[in-house]
Amino acid sequence: MAQVAVPGTKARPQPRRKPRRGLRGLLKEMRRERTAYLMNAPGLILFVTFTLYAILVSLWISFHDWDLIEPDRPFIGLDNYREVLGDGAFWAAIWHTVYFTVGSVLPAMAIGLGLALLLNTQMRALGLFRAMYYLPAITPLVIAAIIWKWVYNADYGLANYYLLRLGVIDDPVNWLGSRGLAMPAVIVMGIWISVGFNMIVYLAGLQAIPNELYEAADVDGASAWQRFRRITFPLVAPTTFFLLIVQSIWGMQAFDQIFVMTNGGPPGPGGATTTVVYYLWQQGFRFFRMGYASAMAYILFALLFVVSFVQFRWYLKQVER
Amino acid sequence: MATAAAPSKVGQRRRFRPSRALRYLILSAGAVLFVAPFLYMVSSSFQPLSEIFSSPPRWIPDNPTLQNYRDFFGSGHSIGRWIVNSAFTTATITVLQLFFSSLVAYTFAKRTFPGRDFLFFLGLATMMLPVQVTLIPNYLILKAVPLFGGNDIMGVGGHGWLDSYWGIIVPNLVNPFGIFLLRQYMKSIPDELLDAARIDGAGHFKIYWKVVLPLSRPALAALAILTFQFWWGAFFWPLIIISSPELYTLPLGLALFQDANRTVWNLIMAGSVLAAVPLIVLFLVFQRQFVRGISLSGMKG
Repeated sequence: MAQVAVPGTKARPQPRRKPRRGLRGLLKEMRRERTAYLMNAPGLILFVTFTLYAILVSLWISFHDWDLIEPDRPFIGLDNYREVLGDGAFWAAIWHTVYFTVGSVLPAMAIGLGLALLLNTQMRALGLFRAMYYLPAITPLVIAAIIWKWVYNADYGLANYYLLRLGVIDDPVNWLGSRGLAMPAVIVMGIWISVGFNMIVYLAGLQAIPNELYEAADVDGASAWQRFRRITFPLVAPTTFFLLIVQSIWGMQAFDQIFVMTNGGPPGPGGATTTVVYYLWQQGFRFFRMGYASAMAYILFALLFVVSFVQFRWYLKQVER
Repeated sequence: MATAAAPSKVGQRRRFRPSRALRYLILSAGAVLFVAPFLYMVSSSFQPLSEIFSSPPRWIPDNPTLQNYRDFFGSGHSIGRWIVNSAFTTATITVLQLFFSSLVAYTFAKRTFPGRDFLFFLGLATMMLPVQVTLIPNYLILKAVPLFGGNDIMGVGGHGWLDSYWGIIVPNLVNPFGIFLLRQYMKSIPDELLDAARIDGAGHFKIYWKVVLPLSRPALAALAILTFQFWWGAFFWPLIIISSPELYTLPLGLALFQDANRTVWNLIMAGSVLAAVPLIVLFLVFQRQFVRGISLSGMKG
């Protein structure tokens, strides 16, 4: 049997094997394909350790009063989950996260689509424009946050200077220091940084639409809006769905910009820009309440799952139409 | 539907109503807005503090100077070390992630073995998993790595792989997204090429190394660039596990630097330029690969 693994004997194109019956057949096949397992081994070991095992450990911890410093970690059942669900700061963080995600993802997608439509021609400066709009997206998030913190600076920032000049505001505004304006300010930065990505993905989606459809529409005398509504938008629906998922996940994870720009503040009940990840980080790595933070992570996971499911249903509906 | 006609360039040009000039005008105005904060950072990094704090804002420095960069390096932090840390961890993660991911992707795309589909499904399913779920356990797992960082054989007593290169690198060497992207690409490689190599006596590893990898170069390049970009800018994970200032990566060091020194915007801006420039250069050189990588991920996602 061992000769099967000798390279020289493999001198025929492998037929597509049918799955064998029985444990012995299975073991035989696993033995023959053992190099496949060997190739998977490094990745698999890491995956099992840092993802699968970690998921279980996380669950285990979430049932305990697990303090990083305290050696005594009693089992407390679902108490962490109960406490999270009754924690006003957690729900405030959820709200801030949704606010940030919806506020930055939808405009960024709309602007990205608009730009892609404008760029989707034989345009001489395509490469230049694409690079300019994509520049924010290749900037590390921390750096982008630092730039915008400077732009929003109450005394010397660009935002106040130009808005005062244009007469939009009468007095300098402390953007990141005011409870009502801090989140919109962070959102604007979020839009700035993600438009480029949306634009490039949409551009690829648009270029996949057969030109004949537009020619046919032209023959039928369709208006620009009708062409967009009846051809472009339905045909880029898969792209839209992809972006919606990817960008929502991105938004739900917002942390770096919050850390740099507002530290979750300005102060007040819950902190006006404390997102879920920021709150989780605070609980887990500032207050060392790891059990509590783990329970929070699982609740977040459940919520994300529901959101993805709803988005998926919506997508199926769009496709059916 | 019947879409047999050859693509017509005339039709494409006729498709748009707003005049060419208007289109350029909108695009240019938007582009200026998008680039402005960036240019302001670069400009500020060459201005003395007094000029930065003067009104109106200077887009072109009155007295351009490199002093900010000198002062940033002389600020008492191990800035050079931060840059080395960033470069080393980013390069290592990129190279090893590409190697491990491509191995797995090859077996998923080109081989049949019991458990393959199950593993593939498992990987896909965890792509949706928020990183926060594995954050705390991974922190504890790293802390308990035996015989490192003062730990005994049971993984107790020290800090294990926390606060080390190991901790930044090892948990991040597998990425289901990368495996998925490579697998999709490798599936398009004709089986005949692999069979031909097999007839010539090549083993599986040789086929992977000599046939599949070279043919997957576009996807590998795209993934390499995306991975490099992500880890060069990574902040959250280093923040969690690094505590010694000499092990800070550049984004981590910079974020904590600006948190501790809130007024020296000239130095902060100089540091920001240093962190942003490598990616800008990378982008300008490999713009096509960037765009392809994003499109690949977008279309196959």
